[in-house]
Amino acid sequence: MASLSLIDVHKRYGSTAVLDGVSLEMEKKEFIAFLGPSGSGKSTLLRIIAGLETADSGEVWLDGRRIDGLTPGDRGVALVFQQYALYPHMTVRENMAFGLRNAKVPASEITTRIEQAARTLEIDQLLDRKPGQLSGGQRQRVAIGRAIVKAPKLFLLDEPLSNLDAALRNRTRVELAQLRQRVDAAVIMVTHDQAEAMTLADRIVVMSDRSIQQVGTPMEIYDRPANRFVAGFVGSPAMTMLPVTLDPSGNADAIVRLGNGTLIATQIKREELTGETSFDLGLRPESVTVAAVGAGTLDAEAVIVERLGDRTLVYARLDDGSEITAVDRGDSKLHMGDRLGLLIDGRSAHLFGSDGSGYHAEQTI
Amino acid sequence: MTRHDRFGGFAFVLPFVGFYSFLLILPFFMGLWISLHRADLFGARKWVGLDNYVRLFGDPVFYQAMGTTFTLALLIVPALTVITLLLALALNRATRSAAIFRGLFFSSSVLSVTIVTLIWRFVLTPDAGLIAKVFTAVGLEPIPFLSHPDWTIPAIAITTIWWGLGLPMMLFLAGLQQIPQDMYEAAALDRASRWTTFFRITLPSLRRTTILVVMLQTAAQLQIFGQAQLLTSGGPSGSSRPIVLYIYEIAFGRWELGYAVAAAEVLFLLVLVLTLAQYWLSTRKEDAIR
Repeated sequence: MASLSLIDVHKRYGSTAVLDGVSLEMEKKEFIAFLGPSGSGKSTLLRIIAGLETADSGEVWLDGRRIDGLTPGDRGVALVFQQYALYPHMTVRENMAFGLRNAKVPASEITTRIEQAARTLEIDQLLDRKPGQLSGGQRQRVAIGRAIVKAPKLFLLDEPLSNLDAALRNRTRVELAQLRQRVDAAVIMVTHDQAEAMTLADRIVVMSDRSIQQVGTPMEIYDRPANRFVAGFVGSPAMTMLPVTLDPSGNADAIVRLGNGTLIATQIKREELTGETSFDLGLRPESVTVAAVGAGTLDAEAVIVERLGDRTLVYARLDDGSEITAVDRGDSKLHMGDRLGLLIDGRSAHLFGSDGSGYHAEQTI
Repeated sequence: MTRHDRFGGFAFVLPFVGFYSFLLILPFFMGLWISLHRADLFGARKWVGLDNYVRLFGDPVFYQAMGTTFTLALLIVPALTVITLLLALALNRATRSAAIFRGLFFSSSVLSVTIVTLIWRFVLTPDAGLIAKVFTAVGLEPIPFLSHPDWTIPAIAITTIWWGLGLPMMLFLAGLQQIPQDMYEAAALDRASRWTTFFRITLPSLRRTTILVVMLQTAAQLQIFGQAQLLTSGGPSGSSRPIVLYIYEIAFGRWELGYAVAAAEVLFLLVLVLTLAQYWLSTRKEDAIR
């Protein structure tokens, strides 16, 4: 049975549409990330599920119960706010107990639940402090603890890592991953950070422009982006796009021709490419490797060389001016302005039609 | 910190310290000096030591004025605090009508005390006042608000509350707008009822504002003057004479400057002690919950 179902949710503020017919089915205990740029409607969708906003139309179901007409407190969801929203005048213990007291949970059970959650989150030393006396990371834990003690059917996390510094963010990410193994509930996390979404989520819902662009596992999203937006938004550095035309020479698999005439053989089924002849060729950086001048598929000039230690990213410019990102070994000798050859691996290339929709190799290598 | 820096710092505060000393500290000590003399407004001085203070603490009229002042403060400060808090809660929304009412309730504050008392005279006067007309219309005897000892103090209190609504209401509104919206959303997800939200979220968040309002109002109402002077002239038989009116009458009616200044110094100390005590009490509680 699905845990959360969204059916054709619409929302507009005045004349501005924010969500345009969003539908989604969530498995039990699934961890889903809403990933998208600012203004994509992902936070609004989260707030509609929590009951802090009302949808103009559409239905929200949780565990077989329609919840879109219920007050936020009656929905069986818990939200961890981006700014934590801890009550500043209450101690950590009171913060965690507040919701349970209002729900008339017996005092002894409140104590048990708080102590259990505090141990799990390693905040048992902080229970009698006030939020003002805690560090950012500790506040984050308290905010999560306040959600856990409610034993909700669904956790909602609004940009949970965005207020933490880089080191703490990585640690908290690991802890969130561990935490979700322990809680018996589904989790939705809103984020604009693809690394968070890729590492934590079972499935990612990529949102842009008021609607869902693609729903899939992190690797599906990465390997088979449904359209040009998803391809460009997920993956860092972004996928390179080069204009190509379909070459008539291919048989079952499509062969495309770059602007300078270079042919690239893909493993995309030719029959899927309905009618069109102009496409954008999408290349992940790892599909383009550096070779000696003249030894690759084509030659280019290095514009920026980024040394990351284990590998080197080379931002290069082709002779026709278009830009392409390639990967070289960690000990690359390249410098800005050097000429280099680029070896393009057409087997993992993607094609995007004029409407933006993506075509991929049958089996990604 | 170099000596140059320190000098620079002093230079920045010097103008304020200068004005403050010249206009407040110096007069305070001059006052203390004068209060040890029999003095009038023309500069005649005769040293009398602590005689003025001895006289003051033996003067039943002084105690009566003190009593009146405290009664007024007790009537006005709590009522004003509660009323302005309720007004702020009601008007803390972004609608056009709320904005109009905010302006309306604040407007009384910009009037001078003369206008305020004039308006309330129209309302309170027993022969032709607004309330009197209503009473007469339903066949009741009009209440002599401005001439009966039981009614003069409430009349002054009501006038003062009406006049003073604006600033505390604005302070409470500012305090309310400081409370982050997500706090209320968290409370909604925590199943807090309206009452619980008010008593556990809103009120504690307004603690500092409330302390400020009570302190400011206490200090202001202990120095109440104009309304009493213009509405009742302290009458009948001194029953509505607050301490500042008493000081004024001694200084500018009886020309006993030294004696009046002695009373003023006592009032100053009283306001200072009360304000500091409130501050101490409220901050001590804050430390205790930490």
